[in-house]
Amino acid sequence: MRRPLLMLVPTLKAAALAAVLAPVLALAPAALGSGARAAEGHDVIHIPDTRFSFDGIFGTFDRASAQRGFQVYKEVCSACHSMRQLSYRHLTGIGLNPAQIAALASQFQVQDGPNDNGEMFERPARPSDHFRRPFANDAAARAANNGALPPDLSVMVKAREGGADYLHALLVGYEEPPPGITVMEGMHYNKYFPGHQIAMAPPLNTEGQVTYADGTKATVDQMATDVATFLAWAAEPELEQRRAMGVRMIIFLTILGGLAYAVKRKVWADLH
Amino acid sequence: MADVLANPPKTSPSEPGSRHADAVGAHPHGGHEEGPVRRDFLKLAAGSFTAVGVGVMAWPFIHSMNPSQDVLALASTDVELGPIAEGQAVTVMWRGKPVFVRRRTAQEIQEARAVPLGELRDPATDQSRVKPGKDQWLIVLGVCTHLGCVPLGQKPTDARGDYGGWFCPCHGSHYDTAGRIRRGPAPLNLAIPDYSFTSDTRIRVG
Amino acid sequence: MAAGPHDQHELSDPDSDVRHMHDSKVQNPVLRWIDQRMPVISMIQLEYGSFPTPRNFNYFWNFGALAMVTLVIMIATGVVLSMQYAANTHLAFDSVERIMRDVNYGWLLRYAHANGASMFFIVVYIHMWRSLYYGSYKSPRELLWMLGVVLFILMMATAFMGYVLPWGQMSFWGATVITNLFSALPVVGEHIVTWLWGGFSVDNPTLNRFFSLHFLLPFVIVGVTFLHVVALHITGSNNPLGIEPKTKKDTIPFHPYYTIKDSFGIVVYLVVFAILVFFMPNYLGHPDNYIPANPLVTPAHIVPEWYFLPFYAILRAVPNKLGGVVLMGGALLILFVLPWLDSSPVRSMRFRPIAKWLFLVWTVNFGVLMWVGGKPAEQPYILIAQICTAYYFAYFLVILPFLAKFERPLPLPESIARAVLTRKGGGPLPAGATAKPMEKA
Repeated sequence: MRRPLLMLVPTLKAAALAAVLAPVLALAPAALGSGARAAEGHDVIHIPDTRFSFDGIFGTFDRASAQRGFQVYKEVCSACHSMRQLSYRHLTGIGLNPAQIAALASQFQVQDGPNDNGEMFERPARPSDHFRRPFANDAAARAANNGALPPDLSVMVKAREGGADYLHALLVGYEEPPPGITVMEGMHYNKYFPGHQIAMAPPLNTEGQVTYADGTKATVDQMATDVATFLAWAAEPELEQRRAMGVRMIIFLTILGGLAYAVKRKVWADLH
Repeated sequence: MADVLANPPKTSPSEPGSRHADAVGAHPHGGHEEGPVRRDFLKLAAGSFTAVGVGVMAWPFIHSMNPSQDVLALASTDVELGPIAEGQAVTVMWRGKPVFVRRRTAQEIQEARAVPLGELRDPATDQSRVKPGKDQWLIVLGVCTHLGCVPLGQKPTDARGDYGGWFCPCHGSHYDTAGRIRRGPAPLNLAIPDYSFTSDTRIRVG
Repeated sequence: MAAGPHDQHELSDPDSDVRHMHDSKVQNPVLRWIDQRMPVISMIQLEYGSFPTPRNFNYFWNFGALAMVTLVIMIATGVVLSMQYAANTHLAFDSVERIMRDVNYGWLLRYAHANGASMFFIVVYIHMWRSLYYGSYKSPRELLWMLGVVLFILMMATAFMGYVLPWGQMSFWGATVITNLFSALPVVGEHIVTWLWGGFSVDNPTLNRFFSLHFLLPFVIVGVTFLHVVALHITGSNNPLGIEPKTKKDTIPFHPYYTIKDSFGIVVYLVVFAILVFFMPNYLGHPDNYIPANPLVTPAHIVPEWYFLPFYAILRAVPNKLGGVVLMGGALLILFVLPWLDSSPVRSMRFRPIAKWLFLVWTVNFGVLMWVGGKPAEQPYILIAQICTAYYFAYFLVILPFLAKFERPLPLPESIARAVLTRKGGGPLPAGATAKPMEKA
């Protein structure tokens, strides 16, 4: 009859351990989170939550949405924003096949060289080439954009508090400034941008701005969701593999933990 | 602890705790006869699980040292053949290695085709080493099949060896005008990379 | 290691037939041949097999083994990552992104390495908390404790330099702020900072030397860890009661009892580790570090990694530059003299009714420091940081030296075995429970 009693002991120990671990684990992120929130100034902006296909532990990227998002990037964003970490070959990740990628890449002219005469030249891109950059360098980008540098979008979802939700909110968050607020010359009012004044003019402004091949209605909200999905994939192309591996890993470790605990109890049985 | 230090434990190193514990486990008064069997099974299961786990986790470490996706996707190389005169050769880089592109003279082709296959260490016809109808163009990897040096013979002033092709200065391998090994320590002919003619005067290697 | 004295004993025995060889008991002939000439197998059996260990460890005593496992994971992932990383200001950020995208399993190795640093600090903070609560730093384990503090400082240096390598905004500005701490030193400060940078700002030479040192220091940590374990095996482990084992009944062999208990702990630990790496890999990181370093723009709010926050809070609590640096350094260095500050002979807080609560307050206080460290440097956070800093030092400099004069400790148990066996039953002991260990012993 002492068994049930003894079985409580490790439970209690574990509880004690958890009691100590919990504040350590809980405090750290709380401290970090609050720090990041403070970065936005005292006026705390609430970012609305968007339903994305990749939300949650088992979420995956909606390939059709990501492909539409790439189309939005290609036709709208890429005029100013580079994605220097990506190559055309990476697009297999949103479901394009190698032939589609080769055809797509060849639409772009990229610089290569020097040739035998020591000159740089343009040639059609290949799948192994990086995405074509809209500007030769940062100075050129600033010069063309009223002094503001359009940031690279490769890891934008990881580089902003709020991630894809924030990007979606930003893209649909343009509105008339509230009374009493004067927007500076060349700036635009956006209710989700920290400080509310953003140099980027509303990039997605009319329904049907792009024509989706799959017939999806290109509302501003739809385009914003699609491009946020594409950018989320671009920032974390390993996400699906990572989560799948994580699930297997945790199942494996749980079984191993159960076995190890059983052996531990057996070994210690003659002491208790 | 002072006591423990003063009287070092008399457990001898040859009597590790595991045996000690097993003996206790097997004790008839233990109250559970299947004890040792069950523990052995559990230990075996836990041990094999651990071994599998460690083995599986080793793979990402090993695989990370294999060629990465960007290396595998490395661009193919285009070569313009127009400027190469008969008897001349150019060297281009492909996958970090030199590729020899040689425009052979009629005499060189003649020499290569005249050799009986039986005389060759690594028998291959000259026809099998060029694209059909493009007999002039010999495209080989410029890497000696002995130990990886780059053979001489691309520049007009280079020694071309006794067979008019290439000569590897490292250990003295002689290649003929079809890039086949004729003398020296190298075991195989110069390798032929994947390439295709994209037009009459242009090839794409890779 | 500790096998030394025993060998001496055996060698000086005049009856020993092979005077210059170790008297190995290993059965396997090949292993015995090695063991006679280099008794590492005997040493492992002695130090990790039959090593007498207090029988009453709780799960807090798992954390040394967990730290060891984490060190191995960090070095293994670090070595393969270093094969792909480019320590150059123009290439570093992109090379890390290449690891994430193109290197086979690169994302796994990098996320394991980045989150491994956080896991390492969680483990080491709990390990240190264990020592403070159960008085493991007290005589005769002062040197063991001091080596531990050395390891902690080495870890902080390594983690700091590792965080610079991805060359994001937080990398760059963290490096700038932390190296600038040295400029607070009078006269030589500016020269030291210039020397640390190898230039006039954090730049390519800085990144290169940080990479070199980030690779070197972990192996120094391995060396000091070895000394830490040597010292541990001379004094033996402390235990939750804080009383020394007196008889063989008080101890059990390390193997299999603690090898299996550590193994179980490691698996549980790996589950927590896996949750972090596979499902929330950027949770403990900062978004700004995914923006490439820009020497012209400081992020709005600079926060160090969470494990530096308590010390960062102490730094900012002082309005004087030199004062802040001195106090922050002092918060770490005071740990070295802790064994001589605590005047109570009782180790475990279980038997110190007042100190126990004051220490738990200190623990919460440390947590609050961690929290204010992540807040902006403005009121009321500065005031909170100042109060917490005061208590942090007061605990070491006032409470521990003088409390023992007033505090009446609870009666200590006679022996570990007696305490364990009485506690287990909670009443008259079942016959089986007492008989067996007695037999064993």
